[in-house]
Amino acid sequence: MRIVLSVLCAFVTAALIYVLNTKTILPAALGSFLSPQQGFWQNAEAADKNFSADLKFADLKGKASVYFDEKLIPHVFAEQETDAYFIQGYLHAKFRLWQMELQTLSAAGRASEVVGDIALNHDREFRRLGMVFAAENSLKEMEADPKIKSICDAYTKGVNAYINALTESTMPLEYKLIGYKPEQWSNFKTALFLKLMSNDLAGHDMDFESTNAQSYFTKADYNLLYPLLQDSLDPIIPKGTKYLPPTIKTVIPANADSVYFNNTKNALAVQENEKPDPANGSNNWAVSGSKTKNGAPILCNDPHLGLNLPSIWYEMQISVPGSNAYGATFPGSPAVIIGFNDSCAFGFTNGGRDVRDYYEIKFKDDSRKEYWFNNAWKPATFRIEEIKIAGKASFMDTVAYTIFGPVMYDKSFTGGRKTSNKNYAVTWSAHKASNDLKAFYLLDYAKNYTDYVEAVSNLKTPGQNCVFACKNGDIALRTQGEWPAKWKGQGDFVMPGTDSSYMWQGIIPQNEIPFQYNPVRAFVSSANQKPADSTYPYYLGKEYPVARGLLINKKLMAMQQITPQDMMAMQTDNYNIYAAELIPVFLKNVDVTVLNNAEIKYLNILRSWNSRNDADATGATVYDLWYKNFKTAVYDDEFAAAPQPIALPFESTLIEATLRDSAYKFFDDINTPQKETLKDIATASFKRAVVTLIKTEADGKLPWAKFKDTHISHLTKAEAFSRMHLPVGGGTNMINAVKEDHGPSWRMIVSLTATTEAYGVYPGGQSGNPGSRFYDNFIDQWVAGKYYPLWMMTAAEKTGSKVKWTMNFSN
Amino acid sequence: MRFFISVLLIALLSFTACLYLPWWVIAIVSFIVAVGIPVGAGKSFLAGFIAIFFLWLVMSFFISNANNHLLAHKVAILILKGDSPYLLMIVTGLIGGLVAGLGSLTGSLLRRNSS
Repeated sequence: MRIVLSVLCAFVTAALIYVLNTKTILPAALGSFLSPQQGFWQNAEAADKNFSADLKFADLKGKASVYFDEKLIPHVFAEQETDAYFIQGYLHAKFRLWQMELQTLSAAGRASEVVGDIALNHDREFRRLGMVFAAENSLKEMEADPKIKSICDAYTKGVNAYINALTESTMPLEYKLIGYKPEQWSNFKTALFLKLMSNDLAGHDMDFESTNAQSYFTKADYNLLYPLLQDSLDPIIPKGTKYLPPTIKTVIPANADSVYFNNTKNALAVQENEKPDPANGSNNWAVSGSKTKNGAPILCNDPHLGLNLPSIWYEMQISVPGSNAYGATFPGSPAVIIGFNDSCAFGFTNGGRDVRDYYEIKFKDDSRKEYWFNNAWKPATFRIEEIKIAGKASFMDTVAYTIFGPVMYDKSFTGGRKTSNKNYAVTWSAHKASNDLKAFYLLDYAKNYTDYVEAVSNLKTPGQNCVFACKNGDIALRTQGEWPAKWKGQGDFVMPGTDSSYMWQGIIPQNEIPFQYNPVRAFVSSANQKPADSTYPYYLGKEYPVARGLLINKKLMAMQQITPQDMMAMQTDNYNIYAAELIPVFLKNVDVTVLNNAEIKYLNILRSWNSRNDADATGATVYDLWYKNFKTAVYDDEFAAAPQPIALPFESTLIEATLRDSAYKFFDDINTPQKETLKDIATASFKRAVVTLIKTEADGKLPWAKFKDTHISHLTKAEAFSRMHLPVGGGTNMINAVKEDHGPSWRMIVSLTATTEAYGVYPGGQSGNPGSRFYDNFIDQWVAGKYYPLWMMTAAEKTGSKVKWTMNFSN
Repeated sequence: MRFFISVLLIALLSFTACLYLPWWVIAIVSFIVAVGIPVGAGKSFLAGFIAIFFLWLVMSFFISNANNHLLAHKVAILILKGDSPYLLMIVTGLIGGLVAGLGSLTGSLLRRNSS
């Protein structure tokens, strides 16, 4: 009997272990996760942890040391260049491995391998967009360049040196929680990471939305709703700049008016599953010494990206013979990306031009083997994508490739929408081979303007507005990128894919790219606005925000005797230009005679507001809700029956229309017999806003920061690892573009004095480990709009008190 | 005395074994100790349970204390839905204790059978 009991007991024990060691029944393997010697407790980093170490790796060529300061920022000093990149890979992995791998798995359309089939749509869309195809093309170009190959190889070896030394205990927390293991890094993964950035920054297009709008509205209404130019545009390159005549003469297809620009087309039943955030923008500017207090140029940059933990940035200094660079680096890629060296500083904002276009493909039959092109059937090629899914059988997807690019949407895949029997191929500049990493690598070495121009000429996709300032006094800004030369309107809508006439006709030559070098106004700036006015001979498309650029230029024009502290105030400026412009119009038009006491109370809050979206400003919330209700009241009637997807007009479009024209045609509610005016709509939308305002105030959320509710989420969205409810002001169309979960991901100010004086902060921390005190320790400083001095360490300081830990590397 | 030795041995051997082997080796260690040192079925379960309950509780406390309980707060919210690092340590101890106790009980039952 006892043997039976013993066997039974053994069985129960084994079953319990099985349950606690897998995710079959529990959401996490609780036994291994809670085990103090292997589980998450091991990630609870001692507050006084010593990061010093002596490490030996056979792949190193010489000696190198890494000095960590009190913020855990590494200052790498290496005798050999490749050793520095090996160490960069090692440190990225040590502090950020999980995010690096997750991002590249996501980029490759492999998220389902980790999280199961909830990511299948994402994976299919990314495969069909050709993310892997694009990374393969770029990898070939990168590896054909011996210098770039050598730094990528070293970086990869560094990452793998860390991965190979991992044990169950030292595994990053998220692997333990989700229950998988890291795989080896490769140069291909670095290429994938860079393509993920290309998608974030050069992947936003409105082709389906615009085609639907075009099919629904009259031509006149369409132009009114989606204008080509905004009145308030102050382009990156000032108006009045003379441009060279175009060397590429684009030819509009003969049938464009009847086939492409006509507004009687059918609406499209395709919707991108995921759209890159259109707010992926940024601010950058540089001022000449003539405008600064100490006579040295100052360069500033704050890239606006999705705000996550661990942060997309990792701060470090890399010092090798010939280069000494400090700044923000991307875990996943070698080199310093935004920063400065001993001679100059550099930063970026997104170019934002439309470099992703769709073509409707006509296949001969459902086999998709042949498509009609230039009056003949042309064979398609196929890429078979195996999408592995955690806990399930693989999903096989066959993607047809045409002369335009991969057929992203077809019968079997329509993104987030119902079925469609149309086929759309995507042409995307990121598909082309490019060696963009070289731009950043060379900038780390750049000594002067010539070096800068040569460096950034390697930057193709994502195209960026590259700002530059040098200790010799030079400032410059190039709107760099591989930009297709387009005819006016090309790629605004989905194009016919049956002949070559709608294809891109060339790339704008380097010397015809708009740029400024030491301009008379003594500053350069960009904030994602249109790069040039209408005298620039190539078509630049639409959908550029205008407000931040306008504000920045106005300020810089007026400022003199500038100090870095002035620049800090400017980067964190919460002035809301649209509120300042619109509120007087609202107040003039709202009919106070029909307002009750509660409504008058909120109106008075607005009257006494200074148009700054500071954290505690209640007027900002009143304005925000009034504007949102106003916008809905203006457009909802016209858009109610519109085909989806469609996009509402830009904020600048409605505001400019309201300021310009009190009889704007869309003020009228088309569902009522009478004709509504600005007065009617301003009053009605205010009354509606007050209904929400009363509830908001009752919830204690009237102050702007509480209403906006900025948060920085862990990449898994687990709130426990996130920072919620941050008391921070700012928002859309303000220089301090802090939105709900998006905003300045790195703020940097560099004064190019003899000994560089630089400041910076990012909303995160150097460690990706939620169990480290360095996980989110910069966030409060960032929220407060404060900066840290950036310490460009010299070799002589290695024994100084600022060095807290030292890692020695040798072979 | 035997009981006390069992508890001590299970704790010590489990700690050492877990430096090299997966966490569930605690069940095997408890099993072996129970086979080697007979203490009766009920007591045997208790020996395994107490040994690992306290081992895991104490270890997690010391690790977490050095971390100012920074991570324990977060993980408690994540998996216990409540901000209690100490409860998380107790849950840790309970899970380890249960597995070790069952391993120990199996050994004890087997020994009684063969003796």
